[in-house]
Amino acid sequence: MSRTTRRLMLALAASTFGITAVGAATISTSLPSAATTSASTTSYPAHIAAANGTITIPSRPTAIVSMSPTATEMLYAIGAGTQVKAVDSYSDYPKNAPRTKLDALTPNVEAIVAYKPDLVVVAGDTTGLTAELAKFGIPVLSDPAATSLSQEYQQFDELGQATDHLAQAKAEVSKIRGQIKEIVAAAPRHSKPITYYFELDQTYYSETSSTFIGQVLGLLGMKSIADAAKGAASSGGYPQLSAEFIIRSNPDYIYLADTLCCGQNAKKVAKRPGWSVLTAVKDGHVVGLNDDIASRWGPRIVDLLRIVANSLRHHSST
Amino acid sequence: MSEVPVPEAPAAVLPRVSARRPVLVAVATLVGAMVIGVSVGPADISLPTVFSALAGHLPLIHYHSHTSAIDWDVIWQIRLPGVVLSGLVGAMLASGGAAYQGVFRNPLADPYLLGVAAGAGLGATIVIVESSGVDVSQVLPFAAFAGAVGAVTLTYLVGVTSGRRASTASIVLAGVAVAALLTAIQTYLQQQHEPDLQGVYAWILGSLGSASWSDVTLILPYVAVSAVVLLLHRRLLDVLRVGEDEAGALGIHAARVRLTVVAAATLGTAAAVSVSGLIGFVGIIVPHTVRLLSNASYRVVLPVSMIGGAAFLILADVVALNVQAPAEIPIGVVTAFVGAPFFLFLLRSRRTGVL
Repeated sequence: MSRTTRRLMLALAASTFGITAVGAATISTSLPSAATTSASTTSYPAHIAAANGTITIPSRPTAIVSMSPTATEMLYAIGAGTQVKAVDSYSDYPKNAPRTKLDALTPNVEAIVAYKPDLVVVAGDTTGLTAELAKFGIPVLSDPAATSLSQEYQQFDELGQATDHLAQAKAEVSKIRGQIKEIVAAAPRHSKPITYYFELDQTYYSETSSTFIGQVLGLLGMKSIADAAKGAASSGGYPQLSAEFIIRSNPDYIYLADTLCCGQNAKKVAKRPGWSVLTAVKDGHVVGLNDDIASRWGPRIVDLLRIVANSLRHHSST
Repeated sequence: MSEVPVPEAPAAVLPRVSARRPVLVAVATLVGAMVIGVSVGPADISLPTVFSALAGHLPLIHYHSHTSAIDWDVIWQIRLPGVVLSGLVGAMLASGGAAYQGVFRNPLADPYLLGVAAGAGLGATIVIVESSGVDVSQVLPFAAFAGAVGAVTLTYLVGVTSGRRASTASIVLAGVAVAALLTAIQTYLQQQHEPDLQGVYAWILGSLGSASWSDVTLILPYVAVSAVVLLLHRRLLDVLRVGEDEAGALGIHAARVRLTVVAAATLGTAAAVSVSGLIGFVGIIVPHTVRLLSNASYRVVLPVSMIGGAAFLILADVVALNVQAPAEIPIGVVTAFVGAPFFLFLLRSRRTGVL
């Protein structure tokens, strides 16, 4: 999956659901299914307040179609993998997920219906997919790009509730919380914020400190150079920078989230015209990341944080 | 290289004109554009700093500049190659456009007429969509160049075999057909690979924002050879304007002149678009502006378009890189947005005959 698509999907998801997601992504406790049952089981029909409104799932789903790579990772992390029947073409993790040619960006209703799903999970809907699938009586649960860690945790809850794995979902969330706490506690402290350039693609699209990834790196006391870019706010936190801007900002660290899509690495960055004078290049602080992990808001966010925290251990100016 | 010998043309048809003044004006514009190009950017480096830095790095001048290493880096590795590459591409597109207009005696001819753009676009698209997981930036120019040259070759072969003789009309029509076909294939490919859509789009709309010295050295030989050939043929293009039979009567092999000029303009244009993407409008607006402001003789139009095109694209790139800095606007959008109204204004204020 290319870098640009991921950015597109994030932007789509953010623009479509950004506002509703903040308020709505909690599980309704007033409804009997959620309130009266114990935390470990869901009684069906289940009513779940999701980013796309309250959805009703008539019975325990056993044929889930996931059109979101992040949701796929979450479903498997909470033990709902056996209930997943098909996942979209970008859902490449975990490896045993039943990957298909389903296109998450332009979903084909007929192709999805052919899997006879009893629940479809998406990260956004710009093509009227939800309404189309409603005609077939198929509920659609939307878990758009999380804008904060607490939103990610809420999505775990929603998926746990929907798939009858709420206890495992809660356990997964507390595991992630614990690991993040541990990594942050062990990370070296610095007197002033460490600056970084987070590269999404070779046209210098980047992320500010207020994005999901930006907040995660912020836990380590880091600050994105993209915050100072003119389009930082209007681009939804994903402004395009230029070589001149990056070089002049001279970040302490460079993180590459275009290693898989575009073959970028520290050596190639050092060879870019004008980049050899950068502090990050001279100090060996150019770190390649897994593009997919860096663009999803799923269970592997811990891996990303760990790699970034490890890269800071060699930072000299403590 | 020696000048191509040209027989004296009838004085009534081709008034003797001096190219000196328009050329001087164009050179002054170019110098101004270059100064703006190196001194304006998202990083706020003052003009004195820029000149002090440049002076400090001139050979044989013992001047110590206090510019920081990073500022010098921005000037030398980012801005200067950008200015030089914009200049080369602009010069090539504008003079290529002028040459095409002369050869085809059509005011709407531009360097993309015979399929250069469609071919380059297809070549670039194939590389972008067929290679996931690798860095394509090094391969892209070659694919675009191959596509461009391949498309024009195809146009030429179709054109010369389609009619009883190779008339310019049949070649132009073949160009339209080839461009339509290749664009169809290109559109199909990009729709099949939606994840790469933005990459393809960004290339097609053109960018000089990540120009480097290696891009400059990559296209310099082609652009230089093309420019020399075009300049040597500028008088012959004037003769062609009076008509094929008249040119023949003057002992000029019109078909050979046309082929040479088109080949040179195409090769240079193919090289230019291979590093810049498909920047539109330059090949039409610059030569016509020169015609409107000075006169229509190719002795003037070709060299002045070349210099003026360089200045125009350098300024367009400054706009593209700074309006939403640090984000970049596609330069093709700038050339059309700035160029079209300016051109209309010129047309209205100076109702002179074009061509």
